[in-house]
Amino acid sequence: MREEDGEIIKDFMYVMRRAPHGTIYTYEGLEMVLISAAFDQDISIAFIDDGVYSLLKDQDTEDLQIKGFVKTFKALDGYDVEKLYVDRQSLEERGLSEDDLIVDVEVLESAEIGKLMAKQDVVIHN
Amino acid sequence: MLHTINQSPFRGDSLTSCIRFIQADDPILFMEDGIYAVQHGNKFNEIISNLSKTNPIYALSPDIKARGIQNVLAEVKQIDYDGFVELVENHQVNSWL
Repeated sequence: MREEDGEIIKDFMYVMRRAPHGTIYTYEGLEMVLISAAFDQDISIAFIDDGVYSLLKDQDTEDLQIKGFVKTFKALDGYDVEKLYVDRQSLEERGLSEDDLIVDVEVLESAEIGKLMAKQDVVIHN
Repeated sequence: MLHTINQSPFRGDSLTSCIRFIQADDPILFMEDGIYAVQHGNKFNEIISNLSKTNPIYALSPDIKARGIQNVLAEVKQIDYDGFVELVENHQVNSWL
């Protein structure tokens, strides 16, 4: 937590742990990310467990008649949300690699993500 | 950082994932259906015992009582709502939903 121009800025980490389209969690989580980014908070997102599936290339939700969020992930940069961490073990367990993902991320060991979690003011699981 | 688990470990991966990311000395609190993790005789006993060497482990007694769990692992400290409040006062919370 720090203060800048009289505004309090907190470190928020959103933890994406669920596969993307089976529940509303990832969609709602992204809404929260954008809202807190709009309030100039310091945001990071950690993708662990099935959360890594949210970042897969070639997702096409047109036939499900839902908007999908691949475009939102690509736009995060514009909201100054640039700290995207992916758990290496979760990727490997699913036979995935960084090349399968739609955005640039930092692939980290679980212990490193754990340390980052410990530094946050707020951790929210989605 | 206080980690809370409110899901049965037989249903989801909250417990195993939490253990992968938790830092030494961070307290962990089992509550609601998370309570089933700390019953003596189940397959999670060894995981919980190992965890107790590095992290304090708590379980919320009203949730234990409600579920009729009599044989909670000895490594687990049972706390009431006041104890819960005290933990939350002293730590940032990480809820593994």
